[in-house]
Amino acid sequence: MTIETWLTAACEDAERRGLAELKPLLEALARSTAALRDADRFIDRAMLEK
Amino acid sequence: MSADLRGIVELAPLVRSGAVSPVRLTEACLERIDARPELNAFITVMRDRALAEARWAEEEIAAGQHRGPLHGIPISVKDLVDIAGVPTTAGSAVPPRHPDADAPIVTRLREAGAVIIGKTNLHEFAFGTTSEESAFGAVKNPRDVTRSAGGSSGGAAVALLEGMCFGSVGTDTGGSIRIPSAVCGIVGLKPTYGELTCEGVVPLSTTLDHIGPMARSVADIAVMFAAMKGAGLEWDSRTRYVFGVPEAYFCERLHPDVRAALERTRETLLRAGHEVRTVAIEHASHTPDVYLHIVLPEASWYHAGTLATDAQRYSPGVRLRLEMGRYILAEDYVRALHLRTRLRRAVDQALEGCDALLLPSLPIPAPVLGEASVDVDGTKEPVRAVMLRLTQLFNISGHPAMAMPAGTTADGWPVSVQLVGHHGQTERLLGIAAAIER
Repeated sequence: MTIETWLTAACEDAERRGLAELKPLLEALARSTAALRDADRFIDRAMLEK
Repeated sequence: MSADLRGIVELAPLVRSGAVSPVRLTEACLERIDARPELNAFITVMRDRALAEARWAEEEIAAGQHRGPLHGIPISVKDLVDIAGVPTTAGSAVPPRHPDADAPIVTRLREAGAVIIGKTNLHEFAFGTTSEESAFGAVKNPRDVTRSAGGSSGGAAVALLEGMCFGSVGTDTGGSIRIPSAVCGIVGLKPTYGELTCEGVVPLSTTLDHIGPMARSVADIAVMFAAMKGAGLEWDSRTRYVFGVPEAYFCERLHPDVRAALERTRETLLRAGHEVRTVAIEHASHTPDVYLHIVLPEASWYHAGTLATDAQRYSPGVRLRLEMGRYILAEDYVRALHLRTRLRRAVDQALEGCDALLLPSLPIPAPVLGEASVDVDGTKEPVRAVMLRLTQLFNISGHPAMAMPAGTTADGWPVSVQLVGHHGQTERLLGIAAAIER
């Protein structure tokens, strides 16, 4: 799932649940998730497969 | 009334000889608690039980059955940790748990003869760095009640600063022992992950949670840690150590007086014959992202049931953080766990050839209560992110870390440095801290 798709769905769900104040926090989380995914390249996959 | 700020190690021989009475020590702590209710340091004061325990300790000691340096010494316990017969509120209006057994850490402290004086206030469910979101009132900084005492173990730090106890049990998931210790100018130890059991402790994030001691000196921390571990401590005392300062990321955005304190510490160590070198922790800038994607879903998992039935009872900020965790995808949680392994290795690599890492504990002095952002060397940043920035990596990596006083700002606010030791070598770290404290 792309971050854009995820963020749209999360904000809609939060609004439906009466938690509109979550929206700016979810937007900040989306930026953090983008950075996390960008760091994925540093995971040592060879070590994981051992 | 002046506080008795003597250390456990100074009092222990006096208690043993009968020169100092555990009952009188306990009464004095209770008087100090009563004298400053506006600080909200305690949630439950165990007055009658504490006095009964003190009388029992006094009788045992008089009968020649001295158990060790904690015997008859009043200590406090963060109200996240179970004590039989006392509600564990976690600082929340959510219905508390009512334990019928002590957490194993409390059992060990009782076996060492400690007098448990009460349960200290905290940031609700340990999910914050300022101790202001608590159903029992914000913990206030004794030096200025408009300022935070740090968190989440804020009540514990205030209790120590004000002489309401001589040692305290805190918990640390992203810095919750080290942050209030830094703000209040005391000493706090987060041991290696898993070294002290968190059984009987309300979890925040089960793979990041640690429990540890807080006190007014490294020597007192060692006494508390030995009792909590249930074992004697041994370390090599040396005259020369090698310290690694991770400059990048950890020393980039600091209050000028915090930077100056780190420099003073570095110069003092060099003058004392130690070696101080610059080191790098690879990928450290990804720490907040990794932390967030672990702590949020783990916390949300624990609170899922209560969020369904009692959501309105949480403080608004804590509730929103818990709700946020429910939206993190499993894929990103697993990604964070793999990056955690990478970061753990990076800390190990930075420690190669060093005895310990040396860095600030906190980029800023005590923040103002109620402020969402803070100025750090000319830049406005969110308070929570700033306060976690220098401590949370070592919850991710599990390395032992401790906060120690390192002077004050020009305005007199405490400044703290952090020492980080090799994984699984908490005793060695204590030895290094004891050497440089001298």
